[in-house]
Amino acid sequence: MKPLDSKKDYQNYVDQKSPNSPILKNCFNAFWVGGLICSIGQIIMYICKARGFSQEMSGTIVSIILIGLSAFLTGLNIFNKIGKFAGAGSLIPITGFSNSIVSPAMEYKSEGYVMGVGGKMFTVAGPVLVFGISASIIVGLVYLIFNTQAITLV
Amino acid sequence: MDWLQSIEWMGLLKCFVIGGLLCVIGQILIDKTKLTPARILVIYVTAGAILGGLGIYQYLVEFAGAGATVPLTGFGYNLAKGAINGVKESGIIGAFTGGVAASAGGIAAAVFFGYIASLISKPKMKKE
Amino acid sequence: MKKLGKQTIKFDTPPSITDVASIVGPKEANGPLAKYFDQCLEDEFWGEKTWEKSESKIIKETVNTVISKSGVPSSEIEYCFAGDLLNQCISSSFGLRELNIPFLGIFGACSTFVEGLSLGAIMIESCCNHVLCAASSHFCSAEKQFRFPLELGNQRPPTSQWTVTGSGSAIISKDGSGPFITHITSGKIVDMGIKDANNMGAAMAPAALDTLICHFKDTGRSPNYYDAIITGDLGHVGKDILIDLAQDKGYNIKSNYNDCGVLIFDKEKQDTHAGGSGCGCCATVFSGYFFKQLKDKKIKRLLLIATGALTNSTSTQQGESIPGIAHAISIEM
Repeated sequence: MKPLDSKKDYQNYVDQKSPNSPILKNCFNAFWVGGLICSIGQIIMYICKARGFSQEMSGTIVSIILIGLSAFLTGLNIFNKIGKFAGAGSLIPITGFSNSIVSPAMEYKSEGYVMGVGGKMFTVAGPVLVFGISASIIVGLVYLIFNTQAITLV
Repeated sequence: MDWLQSIEWMGLLKCFVIGGLLCVIGQILIDKTKLTPARILVIYVTAGAILGGLGIYQYLVEFAGAGATVPLTGFGYNLAKGAINGVKESGIIGAFTGGVAASAGGIAAAVFFGYIASLISKPKMKKE
Repeated sequence: MKKLGKQTIKFDTPPSITDVASIVGPKEANGPLAKYFDQCLEDEFWGEKTWEKSESKIIKETVNTVISKSGVPSSEIEYCFAGDLLNQCISSSFGLRELNIPFLGIFGACSTFVEGLSLGAIMIESCCNHVLCAASSHFCSAEKQFRFPLELGNQRPPTSQWTVTGSGSAIISKDGSGPFITHITSGKIVDMGIKDANNMGAAMAPAALDTLICHFKDTGRSPNYYDAIITGDLGHVGKDILIDLAQDKGYNIKSNYNDCGVLIFDKEKQDTHAGGSGCGCCATVFSGYFFKQLKDKKIKRLLLIATGALTNSTSTQQGESIPGIAHAISIEM
C-alpha cells in the first residue's frame, strides 16, 4: 500500500503510525480518582443525613461542596494537574462541570469582568446546561402527555 | 468522631465502584473516539436525563448513592426528576420550572464560585 | 535571480543572514537547546498582564536584540516581514508598531519564519540592502485561541504537540559574511484529509514531502548534498511519517534529517508528547542553534523546510480537514 494514493489510505497509514493513548493506565487512574470523588460525596451525604437533612437537600449540599472544592482547586492552578492525571476520573463527576466553568472564567479575565468572565464563562460548560435543561423539559412534557392520556384512558 | 458512626461501609464501596465505572466509560470515550470533553459531558448529562425520565436511573441511585448522583449523569437525572415532579405539582409549567429548580443549587454555585475564582486567581502555565 | 523548474528560485548573489536573535520561554529554557538562545524568560507573562501582551513583548524584544547585535542602524533596515499565530497576527503588528520600519505582515501558520526569509531574500536580490524577518508564538495564547483554557483539566493525546513560547528574528543583508540563502522553494498547499487537530504532524508531513521532492527535482540535488535537512515542526509523529514517505518516493533522508520540534524539547523529561510546534519553534531553533552551527562551519549546507497547518478553530469545529504548507530555503556557508 502506498500511503499517499488516496486520502483514505493516508488516514489508515497515519492511524497505524500514531501512538495510542495508554488506555489501561488511563482507565485505572480514572477509576480510582472518579470513585474517590464519588465516595467523598457519599461521606458528605451520610453526614448530612445524620444531621437530619432530607435526601434532596443532602444531594444539593454534596453538589455545592464538590463544586466549591473543584473551583477552589482550579483557582489554585491544581485542578488541571489532577485532570491530566485522572482524565475522565475528574471530568465526569460534577467537579469536571465546575472546572469547565471556572477555567474559562479565569482565562478570559483579560477581556474584562463583564464580557470576558461573564460572557465566556460558559464556552465549555454551556452545552451541558443547554442539553441537560432541554432534555429535562422534554422528559417533563412527555411525562405530562402520558399522564393525561392515562387519565383519559381511565 | 461521631460522624464516622453515620458511614455505611458497604454503601461506600458500592458508591466507589459505580462512580469509578462511570468514569472508566468516559475515559474509554476520550481515548477511543477523540470526542472533546464538552461533548462527553453533554452525552453524560443527556443520557442521565433520558434514563432518569424512563425511570431506570432511579435504581442505580438507590444502589450506589453518590456513586450515581455525583457523575454528570446524576446531574441529568436530577434535572429530569425535577421536571417530572414539577409536572406532578403544577402541570405544564412545572415541566419548565421543575428541572432547573431541582439543580439550581449546583448551577448557581458553579457560576458564583467561577466568578469569585476569576477575581482572585489567574491562569498559570502548565508546567508539564 | 533565476527561476529553476516549477517552484524554486536561485539567487545570483545570495543574500547573507547577517545576524539572528531568539528569546524563549521557561519550558524551552529547560530543554536541550537552552544554551543557544539569547534570552530565556523566567515566566510566561514577562511582567505583562495578558498572554497576548507578553507575546508582543517577546517579538518586540527579539527584534530589538537582533538590531543591536547586528550593528545595522534601524533607519537602514528597509522592510520588515513578520507574523505569528494569533488572530490577524496581532502579536507582531502590536509588538512592532513602534519599530518605524515599513511593515509587511505575513501568515503562513508555523511556516511564517521561512516564508519571511524567502520574501526578504527576494527583496534583497531585487533592490534592498537590509531586511528584517521575525516570527513568534506563545503556548498560552495559542492554547487559549486554538484549544482550551489553561486551567481546564483535560488530557493531551500522545500525538499532540506543544506550542513553543518564543520568537526568532533575522536580518538579511546584501553584503555579509554568510551564511547565505542560495535557493528558495515555495510550497503548494497540500491537504491529505487529516481532520485531527491533535495530530498536526501527520497533517503537515505530505506538504513537507511535496516541497522536499520539488526542491530536489528543481535543483537537481539529492538528499546527501545537504549536511542537514531540517523541518519546522512535524514533531515525532510527523518526522517518522516524512522519513517513510520520502523513502517510498525513492529519497533516503534518514541519516541527515531532523525536526526542530523534536530538537527543542526533551520528550521523556518534559512530557511534551509529540514535540514542539508553532511559528516560534522553527524560528528559535534556527536562530538559536542552526545559525551558530552554520557560523562555526559545523554544518555547511542546510535545507530548512518550515511547515505550517493552515487551520483555525472555526474550521476545525466545522469539520474541515487541515491543509498543510511547507516552504524550503537552502542556506549555505
